[in-house]
Amino acid sequence: MRERMAAVLAAVVLGATACGGGDDAAASSASDDGGGLTGTLTVFAAASLTDVFTDLGQRLERANPDLTVQFNFAGSSALATQLTQGAPADVFASANGAQMDVVTDAGLADGDPTVFTANVLQIAVPAGNPAGVTGLADLGREELTVAVCAPEVPCGAAAEDVFTAAGVTPRPDTQEEDVRAALTKVELGEVDAALVYATDVVAAGDAVEGIAVPEAEDAVNDYLLCTLAAAPDPEAARAFVDLVLSEEGQQALEAAGFRAP
Amino acid sequence: MRRPRTPAPLLVPATLAVAFLVLPLAGLLIRTPWSQLGALLTAPGVGQALRLSLVSATLATAVSVVLGVPLAWVLARSRARGRAVLRALVTVPLVLPPVVGGVALFLVLGRQGIVGSWLAATTGITIPFTTAAVVIAETFVAMPFLVISVEGALRAADARFEDAAATLGADRWTTFRRVTLPLVAPGVAAGAVLCWARALGEFGATITFAGNFPGTTQTMPLAVYLALQRDPQAAIVLSLVLLLVSVATLLLLRDRWLGRGAAA
Repeated sequence: MRERMAAVLAAVVLGATACGGGDDAAASSASDDGGGLTGTLTVFAAASLTDVFTDLGQRLERANPDLTVQFNFAGSSALATQLTQGAPADVFASANGAQMDVVTDAGLADGDPTVFTANVLQIAVPAGNPAGVTGLADLGREELTVAVCAPEVPCGAAAEDVFTAAGVTPRPDTQEEDVRAALTKVELGEVDAALVYATDVVAAGDAVEGIAVPEAEDAVNDYLLCTLAAAPDPEAARAFVDLVLSEEGQQALEAAGFRAP
Repeated sequence: MRRPRTPAPLLVPATLAVAFLVLPLAGLLIRTPWSQLGALLTAPGVGQALRLSLVSATLATAVSVVLGVPLAWVLARSRARGRAVLRALVTVPLVLPPVVGGVALFLVLGRQGIVGSWLAATTGITIPFTTAAVVIAETFVAMPFLVISVEGALRAADARFEDAAATLGADRWTTFRRVTLPLVAPGVAAGAVLCWARALGEFGATITFAGNFPGTTQTMPLAVYLALQRDPQAAIVLSLVLLLVSVATLLLLRDRWLGRGAAA
């Protein structure tokens, strides 16, 4: 939240200086579109993209002083529902194919969606790993308090695949409604381990340690994005998608724990 | 004496209020996939979630009555200083986003919490992710509704009956039991109903503090939320079940238990 405030603030300040100072703000970005975009760009994006996309949005705003980028970060399925119910947006970025399908099946996408990054599951444990978790098999230990995502949400569906592939029967104490809720419980030290995305472990900083899960390599989660047919600002939408797919965008994603598709 | 007709300036906003409150419900009914109703209702876990919801909401209401009625008396009758502050404090759960309430419960009753860590160390009991945690979360969110209702009833009750009882030699406990409590019984009943309804619909604090696990902590609102992620139709049916069961329960109680007080 604070980052978003900062993003807005930065946009306002940069916008103000750019009005008087000419083109130095536009020149500072490697990915500008000539700096001529205007209006408001609305991006609906999976919650796991919050940090990276906020950052990329700021870069686009710096390159285009008259452009405002606003985000709606939430679970992909909630976003897909909002879109099919008529919420106005320019870009949709989904954390899995199923929710992108909901939007494309409704005829809302402009062209075919693009796979732009991927995420892989990791075990998150509280700092210091008090329960001594070493791998996926520990999530089947009765005496540990374990959180996984509910099978209804994308991270839970991915977790089921990983457990099945590994032949491990998990013994979760709770099936969380989304991946951040699972992570919060690790941060609070209320669970010994949770199966979350690698990016969540990076975002949580020092409060959480990640343990790689080799078995998860077969269940890599692809992220898709598309511009929307009814986009109020199609030019800006295209520019944002290009930025995400550019070298610059891909580097930002990798720094946040995502991996190349 | 005939009841007066509703004045026109009241009738229009009252009609709007009814439309505003009832239309979403109508939407739910219109969109219900009646043909799939049977299959969705008998899906595994529905009965389990419903039973858990009813049991935990009822327990939460019982705890709220036992603790909340005395608290309401303190707020309404005692002359202790700082009552205004106390009232503001105990009604905080009304304005607190329930998810924040859930995190707050972790900080106190979680296994790393102030009380919870001590409890875990001395008895080995941990509260989160248990049915007890569901009841605690629901009580935390719902009890203020009961307290506010009962306090209002106590303030509205004629204190002269209590004075008379005192003059006739009844001690304060007897006065409370034999005079005050019967006097405010309709208020307690109304508060309990509000409290139960709020507990039954509780989502945020429950999913945060108690987590979500079928059979242990997955109440109907949690089941509805998760169904919404996969199959909105199923979510509508589940909502409808919760709605019908709660309305039926309230109607039954109104006849049997609330008696004239609530029907008047």
